[in-house]
Amino acid sequence: MMNTKSLYQEVILDHNRKPRNYGVLDHPSHHAVGHNPLCGDRLDIALNLENGQINNIAFQGESCAICKASASMMTAAVKGKTRSDAETLIQEFREMAMGERDLNHPHHLGHLTVFSGIRDLPTRVKCAILPWHTLHAALNALSSVSTEADNDPVQNAASHPEALNRQANS
Amino acid sequence: MVSANATLAKVTPRINTILDTDKIRADFPILDIKVGNKPLVYLDNAASSQMPQQVIDRLVRYQTAQHANINRAVHYLSEVATLEYEHARRRVQQFVNAQEDREIIFTSGTTDSINLVMHGYGRKFIEAGDEIILTTLEHHSNIVPWQMLAKEKGAVIRVVPINDAGELDIDAYEKLFNERTKFVSLIHVSNALGTINPVKQMIAYAHQQNVPVLIDGAQATPHMTVDVQDLDCDFYVFSAHKLCGPTGIGMLYGKAALLEAMQPYKGGGDMIASVTFEETTYADIPHKFEAGTPPIAAAIGFGAAIDYLCSVGMDQIAAYELDLLNYATEQINEIKGASIIGTAAHKTAVISFTLDGIHPHDIGTLLNEDGVAIRTGHHCAQPVMQRFNVPATSRASFAFYNNKTEVDALITGIRMVQKVFL
Ligand SMILES: Cc1ncc(COP(=O)(O)O)c(C=O)c1O
Repeated sequence: MMNTKSLYQEVILDHNRKPRNYGVLDHPSHHAVGHNPLCGDRLDIALNLENGQINNIAFQGESCAICKASASMMTAAVKGKTRSDAETLIQEFREMAMGERDLNHPHHLGHLTVFSGIRDLPTRVKCAILPWHTLHAALNALSSVSTEADNDPVQNAASHPEALNRQANS
Repeated sequence: MVSANATLAKVTPRINTILDTDKIRADFPILDIKVGNKPLVYLDNAASSQMPQQVIDRLVRYQTAQHANINRAVHYLSEVATLEYEHARRRVQQFVNAQEDREIIFTSGTTDSINLVMHGYGRKFIEAGDEIILTTLEHHSNIVPWQMLAKEKGAVIRVVPINDAGELDIDAYEKLFNERTKFVSLIHVSNALGTINPVKQMIAYAHQQNVPVLIDGAQATPHMTVDVQDLDCDFYVFSAHKLCGPTGIGMLYGKAALLEAMQPYKGGGDMIASVTFEETTYADIPHKFEAGTPPIAAAIGFGAAIDYLCSVGMDQIAAYELDLLNYATEQINEIKGASIIGTAAHKTAVISFTLDGIHPHDIGTLLNEDGVAIRTGHHCAQPVMQRFNVPATSRASFAFYNNKTEVDALITGIRMVQKVFL
């Protein structure tokens, strides 16, 4: 397994220095803010969904390097993908980060598997997952998510479908 | 083992050689563990300190040969356990120099002690429009209970500001007082920054206005001699786990007259004189505030931890740690891109810092790779973070069993983190 130092050196820092899709969108169709009160990470994700496809996506915020790199790689990975492909990736990434996914079985994570080592840093799993939670919230029109209440707010939201429908897009 | 009757001689600043840290370190088995393949460098003592073998042995002895419920039966073990529990109370009393042992209430910790005073004193004596003075430096445990009270009663919280060094603005403090001021609750030493506050002077001022004062001593008692009679505080609170004792136990000191006037916080067994369905009369202090079976083993371990600290000597500890603080501060100041937050003239050995362009959580994760344990985050003191405009800091907090080699490991670690991020 890759050690933490090389995880930082080889992957995270590149995206931390040169984050992809960093910034704002003028008129996003979907938008959400993610918050990790433990570290003070805050992430804003905006996207344009047209005919079920993510045409454009951008993120902004203040966060640790793991969160920022995860957001950068995520936006690169889902840009141009359909909403349901994005949801599949969200699910797969979440399972991988929590150590619940066997990467020997078929998956769509590609480069994102560099984050598989994060499961060995339990206190940092939330940092890596936050962008994905926030994307999920944006796609489902939840205006903000927090990683405070639950290790797994995606699961949480999914088990309360009314929460998913509660708010119109902001 | 450290001699149990080491003298408590007054110390001059150049005393660092007096502590035989090698001998002291040998008392702490946990300091020998490895993290990955690196020796542990434990610099998170402000969160919780480690336990020496003497205290571990005491817990084992209690559990092996002395355990029963206290205050309840006439049999041998109950008597022994009761005696040992009450002996621990007297050790705590002596440790803070309280006048009487009934002024010491065992609680589950600092947080519990503050909540006890909030319920027992605050809910009885504080009314709508009354004002409670806190400071920017407070730990959340000395903010949230008072906010709950303020909300319930319609009382008002006033906050003492700090300067850029992280020191309280004493002029502003004195100006906060008015005829509505009914309570002051102050942190003795800041857990986030290490600032030692001039609490004696602040207590004296509050008393001129007839306002009682609670001192949160969670970060003071592990590092210096505390004398509640000299401070003349009305309440003093701290936790055992920050001074080499067990978790789940702490204490509240209160002046006897105040404790007697207060209402109990929890109802149940052991806190009553008599019970009928019509009426209950409460036991005298301290038992009035100790409902239910207490953590007896933890209380006895608390007493043993105090024995241990006193055998090293609180003044020796303070002097040794000051030397360590100065050494570490110098080293960190030499690192380009590092900034220390909290530069008070009087500090305990706590260093909160930031590194340009690197989030504290990344620093913590990478230092852990080298076995160096620090705390990163808001340290349960978000108002302090807001004051300095940072979401979080990295905090190295030292104890008397840390040494300069460990400071060097921290410094090497910080430089390594910077290199990774280069
Ligand atoms: C200054 C201060 N007050 C209160 C507390 C709370 O102590 P405990 O969690 O032991 O109740 C702490 C420790 O976290 C502290 O540092």
